[in-house]
Amino acid sequence: MTPARVLVLAYGNPGRRDDGLGPACAAAVERWQVPGVTVSSDYQLTVEDAAAAAQHDVVLFVDAACAGPEPWALRALGRSTEVAAARRTGGVGFSSHSAAPEDVLALAALLFNADPAGYVLAVRGYEFDEFGEGLSPAAGRNLAAALAALEPMLRNRTLGADAAPADRPVAAAAGSGTDR
Amino acid sequence: MVASTSNGLKRVVIEPVTRVEGHGKVTLLLDEQNKVHQARLHIVEFRGFERFIQGRPFWEVPVLVQRLCGICPVSHHLAAAKAMDRIVGGEQLTPTAEKMRRLMHYGQFFQSHALHFFHLVSPDLLFGFDADVAIRNVIGVAAKYPDLAVQGVMMRKYGQEIILRTAGKKIHGTGAIPGGVNKNLSIAERDFLLKDAEQMLTWARGALKLAKDYTLAHLDELRDFGSFESNHLSLIGASGELDLYHGGLRAITATGEKIFDHVDYQRYLDYIAEEVRPWSYMKFPFIKSLGPERGWYRVGPLARLNTADRIDTPEAEAARQEFMAVTQGKPNNISMAYHWARMIELLHSMEKIHALLHDRDLQGTDLVVRGPRREETVGLIEAPRGTLFHHYVVNKDDQIVRANLIVSTTNNNEPMNRAVQKVAQDHLSGRQLTEGLLNRIEVAIRAYDPCLSCATHALGRMPLEVELLAADGTRLDRRSRG
Repeated sequence: MTPARVLVLAYGNPGRRDDGLGPACAAAVERWQVPGVTVSSDYQLTVEDAAAAAQHDVVLFVDAACAGPEPWALRALGRSTEVAAARRTGGVGFSSHSAAPEDVLALAALLFNADPAGYVLAVRGYEFDEFGEGLSPAAGRNLAAALAALEPMLRNRTLGADAAPADRPVAAAAGSGTDR
Repeated sequence: MVASTSNGLKRVVIEPVTRVEGHGKVTLLLDEQNKVHQARLHIVEFRGFERFIQGRPFWEVPVLVQRLCGICPVSHHLAAAKAMDRIVGGEQLTPTAEKMRRLMHYGQFFQSHALHFFHLVSPDLLFGFDADVAIRNVIGVAAKYPDLAVQGVMMRKYGQEIILRTAGKKIHGTGAIPGGVNKNLSIAERDFLLKDAEQMLTWARGALKLAKDYTLAHLDELRDFGSFESNHLSLIGASGELDLYHGGLRAITATGEKIFDHVDYQRYLDYIAEEVRPWSYMKFPFIKSLGPERGWYRVGPLARLNTADRIDTPEAEAARQEFMAVTQGKPNNISMAYHWARMIELLHSMEKIHALLHDRDLQGTDLVVRGPRREETVGLIEAPRGTLFHHYVVNKDDQIVRANLIVSTTNNNEPMNRAVQKVAQDHLSGRQLTEGLLNRIEVAIRAYDPCLSCATHALGRMPLEVELLAADGTRLDRRSRG
């Protein structure tokens, strides 16, 4: 059986401290060289990411989170066609030049007749408002925890094996809280 | 929300604005008769950038400045590179270097204008300002007009492919360096880009037709929508032609009289000043000779079409003549005409890309020049959203000691406030914030394609909440999106 084609779409601005969690995660995943796993890193998601998403079976979006569980959380978005159906009935509200993960998935279905499954890995960060390179120490620890969990998921293709409903977390790390 | 102020005026606050970058908040000041007295667009501008780059070596700046913005990093990259050209005495670029930079720049225009038009604007135009926000978005366009949506996605992607092949990377490109570029365009890269060039030209023509037809069909409504007379400012080529990469500064009045022309932008501080207002982080630039009250100006596609005597690509020039005919050759001051102007620039950019891809200079190997060193420098470029100023001082140890940036959205600060005020005056009825008014305020701001707070977007940062409170502070209504 051919292993699922996985696209890791990580995004954020490394010049805004913890907003760079996504690109830092992408750099680490790229170093692992997992067969069948493609890595893309950008400042933010945009509509053309839908074209790449459409060529994969699974899309893992990786972003910094300014609120929510520590050190990380993984959320299942569902399949593109499901997300598209939900978005067409009022799921889209606030948006900007950047696209939401759900938009990218929905566009993959609506424009390219693809049906990848989507997940969001949200790594908790703390410092976003100033220019500066490098993660805060706490965000760095959260990233390390996320990577430790992510590597076997990608190598063994167990990402989403226990997929929960789209609005429920698949997994949230049992972090012990984070010292900043 | 609505709240009273000490002088008897009421404040209506809308926060933030949808489908523009980052966060924006609108405050409408009402008078005793519930008429709009003033509109204020609050923008959370980036802070700390000057401190971020102080002490860094000047040659790092063209890469570092890309951290400013996730939408127009290439514009910052090129403006900084143009500034650093002068530090190394290399502003007279080799033909290969200038054409590689121009190709990168036109690629950035093409993807940025396509993204804005198809992703952000087309829902308003295709479904109408009063359509349900649940369908008035890119997903709604994808569902009802999939061919159009695919074009938008693929045009954006094509522009990004150009950036990848000229800047070396899709993000944090390093293509432009002080005094030149660090790569040329290989034959294989050229052929890859040429493969889809004709298709992109066709789609650009279609997008222009859509914007033109919409504007002409709704001209009576749009002529007054968020519109006002203003000065206009942009770079201009040596013979008065539209030039998005380089030239002198030209400013004209609302009726077309020249305020200044072909000004060397190294001396921009002799002509442009910035006013600070206590309620806004963002400054208000103005033309010094006219003062802050009369000297504010518009930048971006509308301003560029108004200041240019002509466009040096045939299809865009024909489109410009049609555009100018609407106002009998005088400057067009209709805010919503930005979209038509933007699509003329989209086609112009693709015409330029097409021509450059056939230019053998792109395969040249003479990439960098050097000359007498300088310690102070200004780099200007026309970014998709308007004129972008980068000003730096470098010490003898090659470190940045001072930086001042005026970004395109800052240049359009006063015009965006005026557009919001005009729409609110025309559409606010009583003390109710209606969906229709919110939509129209957003439509007016989007015409300027502002980039409000560059480059952070972490999950959980984008709510839209509107509150309506009575004069005594009691909440009358609350709306949220997102």
